[in-house]
Amino acid sequence: MLSQIFILSSKGDRLIHKDFRGETCGTSMDLADTFYRRITSLPGDQAPVFMAHEGRHFVHVRHAGLYFVATTTADASPFTLVEFLNRLVTLLRDFCGPLSEKNVSLNFALIYELLDEMLDYGYVQTTAPEVLRNFMHTEPVATKPFSLLDLGSIGLFGAETQQSRVAPSSAASRPVLPPRGEQGTRNEVFVDVVERLTVVIAANGTPMKVDVQGEIRLKCYLPSCVEMRIGLTEEFCVGKSELRGYGTAVRVDECAFHSSIKLDEFESGRVLKVTPSQGELTLMQYQLADDIPSPLPFRLFPTVDQDPTGRLRLYLKLRCDLPPKSQALNVRLQLPVPKGVSSLAQELSSPEQTAELQPGTKSIHWDIPRCQGGSQLSALFKLEVPGLSRASLLELGPANLAFELPAHTCSGLHVRFVRLPGPAGAPQRWVRYLTHSDSYVLRL
Amino acid sequence: MAQGADVSGLFPEMVKASAAADVVQKKLVSLYVRAQAPRQPQLALLAVNTLRKDCAHPSPAVRGLALRSMCGLRWVGSGRAGGGEPGRGCEGRGGGGLGWAGGGARPGQAGAGGGSPTGPWRRPADARPPARRMPGIQEYLQQPLLSGLRDKASYVRRAAVLGCAKMLQLQGDSEVDGALVNELYSLLRDQDPIVVVNCLRALEEILKKEGGVVINKPIAHHLLNRMADLDQWGQSEVLTFLLRYKPRSEEELFDILNLLDGYLKSSSPSVVMAATKLFLVLAREYPHVQEDVLVRVKGPLLSACTSESRELCFTALCHVRQILGSLPGHFSSHYKKFFCSYSEPHYIKCQKMEVLCELVNDENVQQVLEELKGYCTDVSVELAQGAIFAIGNIARTYTEQCVGILTELLGLQQEHITSAVVQAFRDLVWLCPQCTDAVCRALPSCEDTIQDSEGKQALIWLLGAHGEKVPNAPYVLEDFVENVKSEMFPAVKMELLTALVRLFLSRPAECQDMLGRLLYYCIEEEMDMAVRDRGLFYYRLLQSGVEEVKRVLCSPKSDPSLGLLEDQTERSVNTWASEFNTLAPVYGRERWALVTAHQPAEPSYTCSPCTDSRNRDTESLISEGNKEVLKVHPDTSSLTLIPDVYLTAEQFEKTWLSLEMSCHLSLPWCGTVHPDTIQTALHVVHIHTIAMSKAGVQPWKAYLSAQDDTGCLFLTELLLEAADSEMQVSVKQSEAKPEALQTFVSALRTVMGTVAGLGS
Repeated sequence: MLSQIFILSSKGDRLIHKDFRGETCGTSMDLADTFYRRITSLPGDQAPVFMAHEGRHFVHVRHAGLYFVATTTADASPFTLVEFLNRLVTLLRDFCGPLSEKNVSLNFALIYELLDEMLDYGYVQTTAPEVLRNFMHTEPVATKPFSLLDLGSIGLFGAETQQSRVAPSSAASRPVLPPRGEQGTRNEVFVDVVERLTVVIAANGTPMKVDVQGEIRLKCYLPSCVEMRIGLTEEFCVGKSELRGYGTAVRVDECAFHSSIKLDEFESGRVLKVTPSQGELTLMQYQLADDIPSPLPFRLFPTVDQDPTGRLRLYLKLRCDLPPKSQALNVRLQLPVPKGVSSLAQELSSPEQTAELQPGTKSIHWDIPRCQGGSQLSALFKLEVPGLSRASLLELGPANLAFELPAHTCSGLHVRFVRLPGPAGAPQRWVRYLTHSDSYVLRL
Repeated sequence: MAQGADVSGLFPEMVKASAAADVVQKKLVSLYVRAQAPRQPQLALLAVNTLRKDCAHPSPAVRGLALRSMCGLRWVGSGRAGGGEPGRGCEGRGGGGLGWAGGGARPGQAGAGGGSPTGPWRRPADARPPARRMPGIQEYLQQPLLSGLRDKASYVRRAAVLGCAKMLQLQGDSEVDGALVNELYSLLRDQDPIVVVNCLRALEEILKKEGGVVINKPIAHHLLNRMADLDQWGQSEVLTFLLRYKPRSEEELFDILNLLDGYLKSSSPSVVMAATKLFLVLAREYPHVQEDVLVRVKGPLLSACTSESRELCFTALCHVRQILGSLPGHFSSHYKKFFCSYSEPHYIKCQKMEVLCELVNDENVQQVLEELKGYCTDVSVELAQGAIFAIGNIARTYTEQCVGILTELLGLQQEHITSAVVQAFRDLVWLCPQCTDAVCRALPSCEDTIQDSEGKQALIWLLGAHGEKVPNAPYVLEDFVENVKSEMFPAVKMELLTALVRLFLSRPAECQDMLGRLLYYCIEEEMDMAVRDRGLFYYRLLQSGVEEVKRVLCSPKSDPSLGLLEDQTERSVNTWASEFNTLAPVYGRERWALVTAHQPAEPSYTCSPCTDSRNRDTESLISEGNKEVLKVHPDTSSLTLIPDVYLTAEQFEKTWLSLEMSCHLSLPWCGTVHPDTIQTALHVVHIHTIAMSKAGVQPWKAYLSAQDDTGCLFLTELLLEAADSEMQVSVKQSEAKPEALQTFVSALRTVMGTVAGLGS
């Protein structure tokens, strides 16, 4: 049971505020301010997600710089609260497009309408987008019209948009609810395979921890619901013991499906059958640990020594082990250096790369906009560290790498087909793959 | 409106707009009316008319909306507008309202013209009583609600069912309508799953006083059968309601568990957790079933722990810690999942480190320590120190490796790292005396890097307690003595005094001179009283001879049994099964106790004393005849009564008459207590007696006053009638502060309870 819901901007402005139960009377507006004051002045040892205030609890999730806050009394389940707020975020994204302060305040009427249908007296009624759609009358307001100019600026694939095989990057982030009178123009289905990599590589190059969290997401813009068949790699097997194919199996440790998916053809042909509603749906989640089929995308070979003048010389060689046709985008290497550092001199292997010393965190940021599979990059950093001692070398590293690998999955999972029954003029179907680094740590 | 702008002036126009046919407009108007009704009840009544018409609209969406808005209207004050005959009052005012709007009058004047010159609804916002709806309004509501419950559209039934719960808010404490409750119970068999869940919710609220909705065998089985139709929110809520059901036989219990087994695999974490809790609670007598469930839930919990949503991840981590409390080693093979990734926020990293400390075992200790070591040099000071303390924790079991790592860290000569390491050493030496030698070898040379108070105290304590093993201990302490004048923290000075006296006992020759200097400084020059007193204490102790000093100071230097005690915190699953999937594990044990202790009790004070837990706590604190304890008590809450307020009887009378009654309660009384006892007891907690009847006079009265540190006055009248066995207490407050009032009342209650206990 929720008492209030409010959405605050990162500066604490009230964008949306809805009181469901009227328990607090005149003070309910102040609660939003109280929340913002608490969250900004929280002592370091307290977690911000749940906060107690005069017998009432604030729960919030942060998304796109906004605070989505619910208040409740004591007898609530924390999992339900957090999950509901996360669902609210997904729904708002479905209905209004990508979330931002501007977008939320422009679409306030729609959001109030949505909240009104989702919750009554603080109790969740429904969160199914297809049900909610029937009761929505307000139309979404787009923050900016779709134009060719911002193709490269946002979205999943960055620079790959020039390729005709790939859907425009912002196509999947527009609202699902079509403006009236425009129906039928956007018959599109997106199937995204997104993997998150969590990796720790020891100093000698052996992977200590490799964790892949994968998701197959379906974003559907079809006005009517039909059964869709999605075929996965046939050699897909779950668990350590199952065997399929001739040694080239795609193996995951655990795998969970959305409750609406029919799995009768999954055993035989690895086909997921689903009747999607408009909006976003996570079809399948899978995890893979320690044993991945392809080599890890990056290896780092560092050499650390001191030159005669007492400067610390760091020679970093970064090898990209992707297949030659793939590439990594927006690669950033963060390397903490001894705190006493005073200046940095650099030599990078190509002009498009940049590197700088962050004075706040005392670390080097080495940015590589694009890195082709099989290539090798190098950088030489010379650091002026007054009073360098053997112990302060301990402060060097570990390096963190952030990157995106478009059109690549570490597990090797692929979607064979997306089939929709029905007459010709079938809707556009897009399958996209993306791997990104959640945390890629390279020990020195 | 969302931005808090005052839009109340538009009310009449909005009411008019609500009659429009457009659904969007209706929705927006209803939103406006619901938000504004508390401020302008007499105008909101106009809207009821239109809404009632909408309840018969052909479209179910409009009917549902109208019902929802009508039941959701909230009014303030004990309205007189609804007091008349319902039909006429409504029409009359409705017509009038539209008339004013048409005439263009200001709403404020319109309100005054409406026959309420005193304006009972125009009170300032801060003095407003809790939201309540007008008596009378429910007469308009009843009929649409009843027809709504039987509507053929499920959308309308959903709104109507919750509307019944909203009616309760309006009726306040009046009798619960039995027929309505029966109707709701029968709606549990409704076709629509959301109606079913809403019925449970509504019944729960309506029957709150009787302990909530009753889940008997037929209802429980019916709900179990309907589970598959519900969405995830309904499922997790029904699973929570089912916690109340006690299966009659073992067979039934296992049937239920088998039926619910699938929900342990649900893709929604909230359903999985609700199901887990139900399993743990139902199978409280079958530990192997509980253990089995916890094994099954491992997968979903771990995937929630690695979820993309930080908030979900945090919640799951808190529950993992809870499980580890009873089943250490439960997640040991998955230790890698709890390694921090660099992009995570601080609070998740802290939780993960706590988990790592708890799941460490012989197989993974090497890797875990390796990982934690990496965090020690993190840029964030809190994280680095947290990691060092975590290693210190693990050191209780794996001493040698950890001490090695910590010693290595000292080489970094970073202020915050050295300080944390020395603190970890201090705690470690106390619990594991076998590592003392290693620690003592590491100590020299770290005194220069430590700057903060905690670290200095730890270092000084170590040097004092184990100085005989550190060759240069006296010289390090001498440095501290030299600089004592510029020392900022009194706690460090006190620690220094103790340490030096202790070291003096083992190495007198090197310490005697500086001990003299330190004592001289502390007694003659020090401004802080506590330090000076400590100095004087040691001075006098030393005067009574070395043997005496040894007897006082040579307490044990370590206590390994304490560590063992701490390890034995393995609790059975049943101790926390009822807390699982609530906010308790999320806040953690200590903070949860704090949060619930500060929660204000129910708003009605007429109930008998000692019902809220806080009261019971304080009473157990007070041993009979030991009223000194009372002095300690009042600071547990935010209220501080100042000791010296002296109101004259005239001032008191004037204030008393000018104030409204804030709260009234009655306390049980046995009538044998002498007034002087009461007066003394009250004085202890800084409540002063202004006037009091003589003992034995009937009726007996007393007037009390107290003032808190913000200047808010509490005036109290105690009244004891002859035949009455209850003391009537009336409290008035000069400023409206409900929490302070509550604390005051509970303090008063405690005192009177204690005094009554003494007399009997």
